[in-house]
Amino acid sequence: MIWLIDAASWLLLVAGALLSVIGAIGIHRMPDFYTRMHAASVTDTAGMALIMGGLLLQSPNFAVAIRILMIVAFLVLTSPTATHALARAALDDGLRPWLRPGDKR
Amino acid sequence: MTLHLLTVILLTFLVISALAIARMRELFPMVMLTGLYSLCSACLFMVLDAVDVAMTEAAVGAGVTTVLMLAALALTGGREKPAARKRTLMALGVTLATGAALVYATLDMPYFAAAATPVQQHPITAHYLYTMPVEIGVPNVVSAVLAGYRGYDTLGETTVIFTAAIAVLMLLGTRQRKAMRPVNDNSILRVVAQLLAPVILLFALYVQFHGDYGPGGGFQAGVLFAAAILLFGLVCGLDAAHAIMRPNLIRIMAAAGVLVYGGTGVATMLLGGQYLDYDVLAHDSVQGQHLGIMLVEFGVGLTVTATMVGLFAVFAARGSWRG
Repeated sequence: MIWLIDAASWLLLVAGALLSVIGAIGIHRMPDFYTRMHAASVTDTAGMALIMGGLLLQSPNFAVAIRILMIVAFLVLTSPTATHALARAALDDGLRPWLRPGDKR
Repeated sequence: MTLHLLTVILLTFLVISALAIARMRELFPMVMLTGLYSLCSACLFMVLDAVDVAMTEAAVGAGVTTVLMLAALALTGGREKPAARKRTLMALGVTLATGAALVYATLDMPYFAAAATPVQQHPITAHYLYTMPVEIGVPNVVSAVLAGYRGYDTLGETTVIFTAAIAVLMLLGTRQRKAMRPVNDNSILRVVAQLLAPVILLFALYVQFHGDYGPGGGFQAGVLFAAAILLFGLVCGLDAAHAIMRPNLIRIMAAAGVLVYGGTGVATMLLGGQYLDYDVLAHDSVQGQHLGIMLVEFGVGLTVTATMVGLFAVFAARGSWRG
């Protein structure tokens, strides 16, 4: 039974790490600020959730599990807010989103 | 092994962010990178098991300082002025010489975690670790050393912080010009800030009064308190922050903290002990030590909170910047 939990935890951790790498590649490859933020959000949400899920399965006792859940709650609350504030500030500052050449608005 | 790897990675990040800061001309990303630098340092302190320091570094370096720097930027300009070629060469020379001297000095330093060093072998280390539980009896050795054995040092530090607050208040004045406006109609930020601020305040209280038992104490709690109020002030405007802490209250708190600390010392003298010798504060010496440490940590917390919030308020009151 314990190996099943370990396997599940590893699966989650590896998947989370993979998504974080994808997010990092996206930050480098995307054409403008807003699309880069979109790439970063992959790390922020799915990557974070999967890694924390993997760690949750590894937690030795209830106290650690509660702490991990609190970290998740904190991140779920703060990271979308930070992203929102950042995008909003950029838009207020007059930064136009990138459009495909030829696309008109 | 993993720890070593982690240390190396964090140190690499530190060097990279320092180099990036040196290469930049725009001040705004520079401030952001200094925040990152502080965050890496905090992680490094965490790896080294210095949780007390890590907490302060994370809250001050990555949080409060970044906000204060941005506030200063709003008053000045966003771009570095290019210096004259001759002066940059001279600066480079001085920096290289200092760096070389520091690297040369590290050759004399013991290896990390080496046992045969004065720090490990000096009798005072054994005293702190083995006699402290009997003499003072608090689980967190750092608090016992900071507020108990080296109470004079901490009194000095608290006074330095207080002096800094006075100096900035005198330089920038308390005159209100154009107060910082709140972030316009952003209800998302407002709701989240109002949700987070009480939690941070609660955590600060825990850190303040749990400092004897776990990592924490006056400095950490003070900056956490200030961080919560800064967050609130940034999002809801300076007036809203002043509604919680009036300018007068901030000034009184900053002075009261030092007064509590110094007053504890005077109280011990009046009770027949020496200055900051907490033994005489209660019927038995261990109880007295507990009471004394709690009192001086409270004083430190008051002064640190008031100073941080006061600095922010002074900057925010001058610039017409949006958070």
